[in-house]
Amino acid sequence: MNPSAKPKVAIVDYELANMFSVARACAHAGLDPVVTSEPRGLEDATAVILPGVGAFGEAMANLHRLGLVSPIQNVIASGKPFLGICLGMQLLFSESEEFGTTEGLGIIPGRVIRFPRTNDQGAATRVPQIGWNRLSRPRSASWEGTLLATTPNEEYMYFLHSYYAIPDDSSVTLCTTEYEGTGYCSGVARRNVAGLQFHPEKSARRGLAIYEAFARQITEAEDTRS
Amino acid sequence: MSIRVIPRLDIKGPNLVKGIHLEGLRVLGKPEDFARHYYEAGADEMIYQDVVASLYGRNSLHQIVARAAESTFIPLTVGGGLRSVDDIRNVLRAGADKVSLNTAAVNDPDLISRAARTFGSSAIVISIEAIRQTDGRYLAFTDNGREQTGTEVVSWAKRVEELGAGEICLTSVDREGTGRGYDTDLIAQVAHAVSIPVIAHGGAGSAEHVAEAVLAGASAVAFASIVHYEFVRAHHRSEGHEEEGNTTFLRGDRQFSRVTPVSLQQIKDHLASRGIECRPASAA
Repeated sequence: MNPSAKPKVAIVDYELANMFSVARACAHAGLDPVVTSEPRGLEDATAVILPGVGAFGEAMANLHRLGLVSPIQNVIASGKPFLGICLGMQLLFSESEEFGTTEGLGIIPGRVIRFPRTNDQGAATRVPQIGWNRLSRPRSASWEGTLLATTPNEEYMYFLHSYYAIPDDSSVTLCTTEYEGTGYCSGVARRNVAGLQFHPEKSARRGLAIYEAFARQITEAEDTRS
Repeated sequence: MSIRVIPRLDIKGPNLVKGIHLEGLRVLGKPEDFARHYYEAGADEMIYQDVVASLYGRNSLHQIVARAAESTFIPLTVGGGLRSVDDIRNVLRAGADKVSLNTAAVNDPDLISRAARTFGSSAIVISIEAIRQTDGRYLAFTDNGREQTGTEVVSWAKRVEELGAGEICLTSVDREGTGRGYDTDLIAQVAHAVSIPVIAHGGAGSAEHVAEAVLAGASAVAFASIVHYEFVRAHHRSEGHEEEGNTTFLRGDRQFSRVTPVSLQQIKDHLASRGIECRPASAA
């Protein structure tokens, strides 16, 4: 591979997500973003991002219709760096309760549920969560070498969601966040796969630093392979 | 949950403008200069509003939106003159994260449902322009407070939530551009009636006004004059040259004497001192 060439990142376009802001953040981090809805586009790329805004069921339906479910599972199995953002993180899980139960990509065992309608004091919660909230590092976890390598603990990021994921195995939890009295898993990492519930591409300088960390991971993964 | 602090940029053609009661627009400068400054100063989001689009039935924001999206990495809401799912798609493709709808939603409430189904509720902000009546009721208006809809604000707010709106941007036309403070009664009525977030807009003249809007129940606060004024002042001092826009009214006009110029940092510091959580400006 030409060392001066920028690593190509496929951004999966399944007709729901805001791929454009993700693409701009990738370009800012020195990556070469390619928005694609072709299985071939995933195979050709060095790394893959699954973005997402909208409903779980519709997202899975679109991925099935576009023939992207197996290619995504294959690309993850191949060991390429893979990042799911927001709904793209939730899709990595086994299933979601949004509009009935929908099966997900099944990469990370666990399920996706809605924020409770009332908090522990019985007051109505404001859902969706829209705004900046903090990432906490679990006591047992280290962020060294992860996407959050340069992120200060308790840093604010931009969130926009009504559902959140509960991994079966808490050791995949990269970071946690609290909203309306509910503490939840706001990021996961397992081998070559990471998922972030917030939008780093909308989280200003600290968010762009996460894309830069992703770019470093891609370069390191390439060096290991070559 | 932190409160969002949102500069609102009113756009007319290629320019950033500011009016009073959504009228009497004057040119302040280039929107990208203001946007860049607010992004670096810790804005949590930005709202771009094409203030003349719905009058002329057109939308000229695409280039301005594309430029903003290239250099600012925070959520951007765009409104003004959007009439259809295709209009919304185009502005999202240009780089907006959310759209705000008013006139088109009033004329065709089902547009809210169609847009929410297509793009997700979170991308759909309904803008409500409220004017207080002599009997104390608030009625919803369109076209920058010119056209009455005959609908009460609270019932319209509940209706748009049911139809799938993700947020409400609530403007007090009576207070807008005056610096007399937000209409806290209006904010409280709407914020208690719906469970989706309410962005308060219209009337900020000081950092304490912003805090009052939050304490009345707003999840986010939008403002224009107070930070525009501060930016223009700082820009003059640092650059030592005249702005291209007509800013004399900001500096000398008596109608603006109620506006105390403050920076985003000062607003956020003030909110924090009042016990209101927000992302520190220094984190930007």
